[in-house]
Amino acid sequence: MLKVTIDNIPVEVEDGTTILNAARKIGGNVVPPAMCYYSKLKGSGGKCRTCLVRVAQSSAKDPRPMPKLVASCSTPVQDGMVVQNLTSPEVIEARKGIVEFLLLNHPLDCPVCDQAGECDLQDLSFGYGMEETATEEERREYPVIDIGENIKLHMNRCILCYRCVYVADQLTDQRLHGVLYRGDVSEISTFIQNSVTNEFSGNVIDVCPVGALTDKTFRFKSRVWFLKPMNAHRECGKCSGKVAAWMFGSEIYRITGRKDQYGELETFICNECRFEKKESTDWVMEGPRHIKRQSVISSNHYEEMKEQSIIHPIEGTMEKKE
Amino acid sequence: MGGKILLANIEIPGIRDFDVYRAHGGYSAVERALREMTASQVSTEVTRSGLRGRGGAGFPTGLKWSFLDRKTEKPRYLVCNADESEPGTFKDRYLMHHLPHLLLEGIIISSYALGVKTSYIYIRGEFKYLVGILEKAIKEACQHGFLGDRILGTDFSLNIYVHPGAGAYICGEETALLESLEGKRGNPRIKPPFPAFKGLYGCPTVVNNVETLATVGPIISMGGEAYAKIGRGKSTGTKLISACGNINNPGVYEIEMGLPAEDFIYSPEYCGGIPNDKYLKAVIPGGSSVPILPADLILNTAKGEKRLMSYESMADGEFESGTMLGSGGFIVYDEDACIVRNTWNLTRFYRHESCGQCSPCREGTGWMEKVLSRIEHGLGKMSDIDLLVHVAKNIEGNTICPLGDAAAWPVASAIRHFRHEFEEHVLHPAEVLEKESRVVKNRRFTIFEGSLK
Ligand SMILES: Cc1cc2nc3c(=O)[nH]c(=O)nc-3n(C[C@H](O)[C@H](O)[C@H](O)COP(=O)(O)O)c2cc1C
Ligand code: SF4
Ligand code: SF4
Ligand code: FES
Repeated sequence: MLKVTIDNIPVEVEDGTTILNAARKIGGNVVPPAMCYYSKLKGSGGKCRTCLVRVAQSSAKDPRPMPKLVASCSTPVQDGMVVQNLTSPEVIEARKGIVEFLLLNHPLDCPVCDQAGECDLQDLSFGYGMEETATEEERREYPVIDIGENIKLHMNRCILCYRCVYVADQLTDQRLHGVLYRGDVSEISTFIQNSVTNEFSGNVIDVCPVGALTDKTFRFKSRVWFLKPMNAHRECGKCSGKVAAWMFGSEIYRITGRKDQYGELETFICNECRFEKKESTDWVMEGPRHIKRQSVISSNHYEEMKEQSIIHPIEGTMEKKE
Repeated sequence: MGGKILLANIEIPGIRDFDVYRAHGGYSAVERALREMTASQVSTEVTRSGLRGRGGAGFPTGLKWSFLDRKTEKPRYLVCNADESEPGTFKDRYLMHHLPHLLLEGIIISSYALGVKTSYIYIRGEFKYLVGILEKAIKEACQHGFLGDRILGTDFSLNIYVHPGAGAYICGEETALLESLEGKRGNPRIKPPFPAFKGLYGCPTVVNNVETLATVGPIISMGGEAYAKIGRGKSTGTKLISACGNINNPGVYEIEMGLPAEDFIYSPEYCGGIPNDKYLKAVIPGGSSVPILPADLILNTAKGEKRLMSYESMADGEFESGTMLGSGGFIVYDEDACIVRNTWNLTRFYRHESCGQCSPCREGTGWMEKVLSRIEHGLGKMSDIDLLVHVAKNIEGNTICPLGDAAAWPVASAIRHFRHEFEEHVLHPAEVLEKESRVVKNRRFTIFEGSLK
C-alpha cells in the first residue's frame, strides 16, 4: 500500500492507483472533476485537463515537486506523494482556464438541451466558470446529425472527451464511430451516417458528459429534474437488465443505465432495454433511486444532498458535515 | 570555426551513392562498432560524447538510451524521426537528400547498441522524393552486407523500413509518431508510460531525430571524448542550422556549438548579413516553436554577454530574455518585418496542426488565431493584447504534448518584446496595413529579380 496526501488528507491506496482514484477513495470535494476519464473505458482520460492537480512532492524518495500540473486521472501515485487540488491557487486558476476553453465554442443552449440538469459541463461551469465571456469570436457550428435510429449528435455541444469513441471501440464489434479531422474542427462522426446499429450503441448517450449525444426517444419530452428516477429491472438476455427508469407519474419517459456519484454507469445496458421498453409493465420497479451526484437533478425536493466533507479552498482546512 | 563533421563530404559528387560514400571512408564506423566494440561500449561512447537530441528538446542521447527497458522478452525498436515539419527547420531533409548513407550508418550502429533488430524511418509525407533515395540506399547497404541478416558476418541482423506519414506536423511528436506508425490516428499518447517502456506495438522503443542518429557514426569514428571536446559546455559537437528569412545566404550550415549568434548572422561564411543594408529586427533561432528575440537580445544576453549558438546560451535569461536552440531553424526578420503578421501566421499553423485531443490546445490555438487575425486586419482592441497573454498562459504547461507550449510561446514572447507593435496595429490600423502591403509588394519584386540571375 502507498501513502498519499491529497489536500492535507492522508489516504492509503494500492500500487498503480491514479491520483484521481486515490482522491475518490477520500471522497467529497477533494475529488478533482473528470470530464473525460471513465473508469470502465480502457484508455480514457488525459484529454479534457479539468482534473489537473499540483504534485507538491513526487514521492518520499524524491521530494521535489513536479514541474507542471498533471492530469490526476492518468498519473499514478507514488509512496509519499503530496498532492494539492483545492489547496493550490495555481490549480484553481488553471481549471478556470480549462472551463473557459471548454465553453469557448459551446453554444450555451442549455435551455433547449436535454442534458441540462445532469450535465457535467453545467456543473463545472457553475463551480469554476466566469460570469462573463471573454470571447467575441464566432462559435463553430455543425449540423445536427443522426447516429443510428435512436441517437442524435449535436456536435456543437461536444467537448471531444472521446468517451463515446471508446464505447464504440470496446463495446461494439465494428469500429464505425470515431473522430474526423483535427484541431478545433475535429468532429465526432460515424463513417457512414446512420450506421451505428450495434446492440450496445445506446451507451454512448450515457457516457457523454454533455448533451452532444442524446436519446431521440426522449427528445424534448421533459426537463430531467421533473422526472423521478426509479431503480428497475427485467429479465434481459443481452445485458444485466438493471436500469434507471425516469418516471412522470406512472409513465416511463426514458430509460438510462444506473449512474454512480461520478456520473459513471454501474453496468452498460442494451439498446432494447433503453429504447424499446417504455411501458411500466415491462419492468419490475424496485423503488426510488438515490442520486449520489451533486447536480440540478439531485437538488430536487425529493432528495436532499448530503455533503460528505467541505474543503475551504486554499486554506485546506476541512469540516465534516453530517 | 572547427571542421565539419556531418557535412564534411557533402560536396563530393555522387556521395549519395554507396560506392562513392564507401570510397570516402563510409561504413568504417559500422565496421569498427560491430567488429571491435560491444553494444555497451558503443552506448558508452555516445554517452561520453555528450550528444544531445537534435529534434528540439536537446535531451542527452546516451541517457535516453539508458532508459530503454532491456528486461523484457519483447522486441525493441529504434525509430528515426524524419517528420521534420517545423516552420523554419529544413536540416534533416538536406541531410537525407545528400547523405542518406550517413543516416543509415547511424541507425545501424545505434540499433546494434540498443539490441534492435527492426528499425523504422518515419518520414514526413511531403518528402516523397526522399523515400526513393532512402530505399535505394537501404538496398545498396543490404547488397554490401551492411544490412539484413548477420551483418559483416556477426550475429547482428537488422532491417530498416521507410514509412511515409500523411503530412501532419503533430506526427513528429514521438508518441503521435508511434501511433501513426501503428496505423492509427496520430494523436500523442498520454505519458507515462514512456516509449522506453511501451513504445511501438507496446514494446520498448527509442525515437531519435535524423541528425542525432547521423552523428552517431562520426562519434564512433572519432571517439566520444574527442567529440565532446568540440563545442562548448554541455552543448558538444556541431549542429546543423537551417537559416532563412531576411538574410543574404539562406541555407543549411554546420556550425560548432558556441559560435556567437552575431557571427552566424553577419559572417559571409554563414547568413551573410541582411539584404539591402536593412537592420536586424528579430530572430526566431530554433524553429517556430521557440520564443522570438529582438535584435539586441539575440546578439547579447540580458547580462551583456555575447549570445552563443548553444543550448545554454540561447536559454540564458529564460523566458524573460532568452529563448531556445530547439531544432536549429533560424528565422531572421529585418526592420520591415511585421511581428503581428508573423505571429498570426505561426498561430495559424499551430491551429491547423493541433490534433485537437486536449481542450487547452484545441480551443486555445483557435482562439489566439482568431484574435490575432482581427488585430492584423485592423479590427483589434487594446484588451485583445492582454487576452492573448491570458490565453497563452492558460495553454502553457496544461496540455498533453508540447505542441500546446509551442503554440503559446511565440505569442507570449512576441507580445513581451514587441507589445508596441500590437498596440500600433490597434491604434492605427489603416497606416499599418498600408505600410505592410508596400513591404510585401517590394519583397516580391526583389525575390523575383534575384531568381532571374
Ligand atoms: C509537435 C511536435 C513536433 C515534433 N516534430 C519533430 C520532428 O519533426 N522531428 C524530430 O526529430 N522531432 C520532433 N519532435 C520532437 C520529438 O517528440 C522527439 O523529442 C525527438 O524526435 C527525439 O529525438 P532526439 O532525442 O534525437 O532529439 C516534435 C515534438 C513535438 C511536440
Ligand atoms: S459526443 Fe459526448 S461522449 Fe462523444 S466525445 Fe463528444 S462529449 Fe464526449
Ligand atoms: S497539446 Fe495539442 S497537439 Fe498535443 S495532444 Fe493536446 S491537442 Fe493534441
Ligand atoms: S479527466 Fe483527467 S484529463 Fe479529463
